Amino acid sequence: MKFKSVFDIIGPVMIGPSSSHTAGAARIGKVARSLFGRQPKWITISFYGSFANTYKGHGTDVAIIGGILDFDTFDERIKSALGIAHQLGINVSFREEDAVTDHPNTARVKIGDDAGELELVGISIGGGKIEITELNGFELKLSGNHPAILIAHNDKFGAIASVSNLLAKHQINIGHMEVSRKERGKLALMTIEVDQNIDQSVLDDLSLLPNILQVTKIVD
Amino acid sequence: MFRNVAELVQLAENKNIKIAQVMIEQEMEVKEKTREEVLSLMGQNLDVMERAVEKGLAGVHSFSGLTGGDAVLLQKYIQKGQFLTGEIILDAVSKAVATNEVNAAMGTICATPTAGSAGVVPGTLFALKNKLNPSREQMIEFLFTAGAFGFVVANNASISGAAGGCQAEVGSASGMAAAAIVEMAGGTPKQSSEAMAITLKNMLGLVCDPVAGLVEVPCVKRNAMGASNAMIAADMALAGITSRIPCDEVIDAMYKIGQNMPTALKETAQGGLAATPTGKELQEKIFGVSLNKNN
Repeated sequence: MKFKSVFDIIGPVMIGPSSSHTAGAARIGKVARSLFGRQPKWITISFYGSFANTYKGHGTDVAIIGGILDFDTFDERIKSALGIAHQLGINVSFREEDAVTDHPNTARVKIGDDAGELELVGISIGGGKIEITELNGFELKLSGNHPAILIAHNDKFGAIASVSNLLAKHQINIGHMEVSRKERGKLALMTIEVDQNIDQSVLDDLSLLPNILQVTKIVD
Repeated sequence: MFRNVAELVQLAENKNIKIAQVMIEQEMEVKEKTREEVLSLMGQNLDVMERAVEKGLAGVHSFSGLTGGDAVLLQKYIQKGQFLTGEIILDAVSKAVATNEVNAAMGTICATPTAGSAGVVPGTLFALKNKLNPSREQMIEFLFTAGAFGFVVANNASISGAAGGCQAEVGSASGMAAAAIVEMAGGTPKQSSEAMAITLKNMLGLVCDPVAGLVEVPCVKRNAMGASNAMIAADMALAGITSRIPCDEVIDAMYKIGQNMPTALKETAQGGLAATPTGKELQEKIFGVSLNKNN
């Protein structure tokens, strides 16, 4: 069953006009913001496919910037997100790409400041539901509908087991999990969707495990 | 967890409860929430719908200039008393249009099941409010009943125009509304499923052909027809009329039709009304370029 909640059908509450082009875009932006963990100084958005063709009419541009400013799909400030970003001194630019992607509604978000950068690719699959398909060069699959954590770790034996053991100890059930790495034995990424919300104390415990480099909660 | 309409109706009949109650209980189980929490969340959606209707009836216009103001025209027309159909049906239509005009104007709405089809369910609900005087809890139940049928469509077919054409969006919304209207008017769970089937049958094959790719033309007026279709089918089901093709088979037929539809007719703005001379002209006027580079 793709849809599990009645609120996937009656909802989300959102700023119009399009659940896939507006609400979905805002959610992609918000995931980028959560992962980056702070307000960026610059934002570069590349739109592909249908996003590239109709983003102005659908407010996809303001929605995705709104998301990066940490606004929800229903936040009235979404409409003025470009102006707000400008006032905050954030440098925003958009690119309309010709490249054909796997999904017609695709956006690549690059954000950063003096301390670091983040790049992700999100697709909007309908009714406001999204998936994150790439993060900092790692391929991944993340629905954005369940509480989720990302764990950067060294590709060493026991790293995954220690994380799942700790989650089990806190009675947190894993609904979906993926592991990807660029090269054997080097930097790797665990993407974990869970059924229960995760307290900060659990995140702190996770980050103390051996070979764990960074722990980020990305969806509440 | 119910997988199709037959199981949904069976669950309601066996326990002698409303479809709404079946959906509420399932949501409580899936999300591990109390009944109060689940009702409260839906209540928030109801509030958003009510504010959107009010805003649309006060008059809004989209940035593209393609839509707006029609809900107001309809309300004025109703007030003159010279209408040909009926007051409730026109009220439902005006409130469906109002919601979608707000959506097109970047106002706040509740996607039901999508943003482009968000007018049908609240349009019919708020028109019935004047006729049936439901309690707030009954209005919230209306949304759970609509949601239960939408849940079946989403899991067995599609509620996305890009995946299944407009039959999947405004068609689903219309069937969901018809089923909920029947329940609010005192019909049986079986009659709700008949109303859903009758409605959806009349929406089969509906293409998604948004002019300039925007959720405005023909979407806003299709919400009007979706609302009136739902009202008629609900009355038919309440009169005892049944669908010769069972509801689940209609949903399955819709899914297969959607798969067979060419992509030009599935939210790409490359076919149907979007590809008419005027459609293309409007597209160039709004975006300064034609999206149909090959046409």
